[in-house]
Amino acid sequence: MNPLKIVGVALIATLASTAAMADLVFPSLSYRTGAYGANGIPFADGYADYFTLVNERDGGIGGVAAKVIECETGYNTQKGVECYESTKGESPLIYQPLSTGITYQLIPKVTADGIPMHTMGYGRTSAKNGQVFSNVFNYPANYWDGASHAINHILGENGGDIKDKNVALVYHNSAYGKEPIRTLTELSAKHGFKLTEVPVDHPGQEQKSQWLQIRRTRPDYVLMWGWGVMNQVAIQEAVNIGYPMENFIGIWWSGSENDVIPAGPKANGYKALTFHAVGSDFPVFDDIKKHVVDAGKAAGAGDQVGTVLYNRGMYAAMLAVEAAKTAQEIHGTKDINAGQMRDGMEALVMDAAKMESLGMAGFGPEFTVDCKNHGGPGLGAMQQWDAGAGEWKLISDFEASDMDIIQPLIDEDSNAFAEESKIEVRECA
Amino acid sequence: MFYRQAGDFKTTYRDDIQTFPLKQDRWGYYIVLAIAFLVVPFFINDYWTSAVMLPFLIYAIAALGLNILTGYCGQVSLGTGGFLAVGAYGCYKIMTSFPDLNIFVVVLLSGLITAAVGMLFGIPSLRIKGFYLAVATLAAQFFLVWLFNKVPWFYNNSASGQISSPERSMFGYAITGPNADAPVRYLFCLTLLVMLAWVARNLTRGRLGRSWMAIRDMDIAAEIIGVNPLRSKLSAFAVSSFFIGVAGALFFSVYLGAVEVGEAFGINQSFLVLFMIIIGGLGSIFGSFVGAAFLVLVPVLLKNIMVNWLGWPTDIAVHIEFMVIGGLIIVFLIAEPHGLAQLWRLAKDKFLLWPFPH
Repeated sequence: MNPLKIVGVALIATLASTAAMADLVFPSLSYRTGAYGANGIPFADGYADYFTLVNERDGGIGGVAAKVIECETGYNTQKGVECYESTKGESPLIYQPLSTGITYQLIPKVTADGIPMHTMGYGRTSAKNGQVFSNVFNYPANYWDGASHAINHILGENGGDIKDKNVALVYHNSAYGKEPIRTLTELSAKHGFKLTEVPVDHPGQEQKSQWLQIRRTRPDYVLMWGWGVMNQVAIQEAVNIGYPMENFIGIWWSGSENDVIPAGPKANGYKALTFHAVGSDFPVFDDIKKHVVDAGKAAGAGDQVGTVLYNRGMYAAMLAVEAAKTAQEIHGTKDINAGQMRDGMEALVMDAAKMESLGMAGFGPEFTVDCKNHGGPGLGAMQQWDAGAGEWKLISDFEASDMDIIQPLIDEDSNAFAEESKIEVRECA
Repeated sequence: MFYRQAGDFKTTYRDDIQTFPLKQDRWGYYIVLAIAFLVVPFFINDYWTSAVMLPFLIYAIAALGLNILTGYCGQVSLGTGGFLAVGAYGCYKIMTSFPDLNIFVVVLLSGLITAAVGMLFGIPSLRIKGFYLAVATLAAQFFLVWLFNKVPWFYNNSASGQISSPERSMFGYAITGPNADAPVRYLFCLTLLVMLAWVARNLTRGRLGRSWMAIRDMDIAAEIIGVNPLRSKLSAFAVSSFFIGVAGALFFSVYLGAVEVGEAFGINQSFLVLFMIIIGGLGSIFGSFVGAAFLVLVPVLLKNIMVNWLGWPTDIAVHIEFMVIGGLIIVFLIAEPHGLAQLWRLAKDKFLLWPFPH
């Protein structure tokens, strides 16, 4: 065989993806590189470590080993599609792309392929309507809940009257950053505050003009929908113009250690939303330390345990594992497939007893998922950065969002999608 | 010895000026076409289509387009991403406004819209050249992306600013949307690529192409011998943008299915397509293909070798991939500044004489 032929054969063999295994497969479309890597790494580590924990401690999910296949997307939709197609052949149970852009790509694809997708706290908000989006789940909370939580917090600080207030929204100029605008517009009409939109283009390393605008107009509150390097830059700029940090509120994706530490002690008081607890004061972390970190099986560098985004990745993995267990119970088989996993997600019940048994009592809100509501109750809390102690602290309970505003928007948007894509609205029992 | 001219007699002028004057080249071309149309569709799956073939075919169309403008007419453009976006948004608007229109027609219409936009942004080329023109087209890139982000009409007022392609079919087979089968999508793009490459090849061999090349080589001299610079430059912008518009429409509707302008059509795309034609070979149809293949296939190949075979961590694989591709680009350009197409040409010339070089 001549060298050309050898190269050709090698080409074909390597371009083709590899064959399937008998484990329960959980692809992790992660990103550890690029402008969003600082945020993608802890999430991916947490996601992988929880599955390692389940395998090491419990011997898998119901006795079947879980296998995580990692695929680097770089937060890029083109690579996201490639990752989806390359892992699809290994009978994956669930996709969690951690990117609103990739979510929009995958919604039609996963629906056609019958694979469920969980977009926890991101993605298309109207996917909460399970009658239209059969395979997409976004429990326990979504962006529109987040927007409402932020406004509720501002209302609480001002005794319920924010008629004369100015609120600026600094957002990533993409599908992700634009999601809350519709809700905030409705809320501003309801409560009478003035909303200013300040877009920041990808990747957001340069925000001088945006913060000059904020410095000039001095809004009473600044909300932020940022991700990746944009968060760090925005918080640093806010510090530079001397903006009062306690009036600066980020969505849950703009509230990790990586975002505030670069700005130093002056970032003290910065607030961000969250839908799960902070810190590593839960029994599950002892297990992770014992079975994963000390055993040398931690993903990545193993130094992220207990950070906000690590916890979130772990929480996402935990919900996936619980849904898989539910699916195993419903269908009476250990070796579930993607369709059965979907049923498990739709029947998921997260109550206090279950959380406690997992060593995560009070880690997240209690909720149930059903056929109609794929989004859970939408509870969220506020956390605040304590620069002195170097940690996030919860400063509120998990509270409800303004569903009077959000539900009509969800119905409108999901029905528009159903009509556009000619989806038949499912009947729910 | 095996690859030779001897005995391949031409008896008419027609034979003499054909695209592939050598019999073996001609047969090679027919065989590649036959494999692409008759064999590949039976073996292709979703992964091969979405991750390998579609990006290659679509970027090849875009590279052909840019090569017409930059390689043949000498007008440097950094607006490719913006023109791809025009094709994509044009396609989306036509698809949603006229749901019954055939998708093939929609794609060609999006190309025409892009051609008009491209001509508009090509007007400055009559006054400015070289780097200055590159900056002017860079303005087109940023303006167009800003426009599609800013004006909700272009994305039908969707909450997120994303556009998603609805399902459209031809002869009963879905071409776009999630239910489209891999071979159908592949064949649809392949057909367009072959048609457009044929058009490009023949345009560049004809009067129009010669006037582009005259402008490229020396515009003043070209003007003196009677080439109209206005017509040549604007026609190059129009044809080039038409190709890029078709590529943009396919990129959105057939390949990704949903796009967001800032991310999918940013300045990176402009550079990527420009690198494709520089690495492949400026002023070469074949170069557009190899350039696109190089920048689309090598990253996928490297990733599969490092992650699936060697089991390396994904982040290290990505970083090494950057280094390897960067290194390869430098090596190839040092070895042959005129691109991979020139390497291929030299190799063929050597083979013609082998084993008795003089």
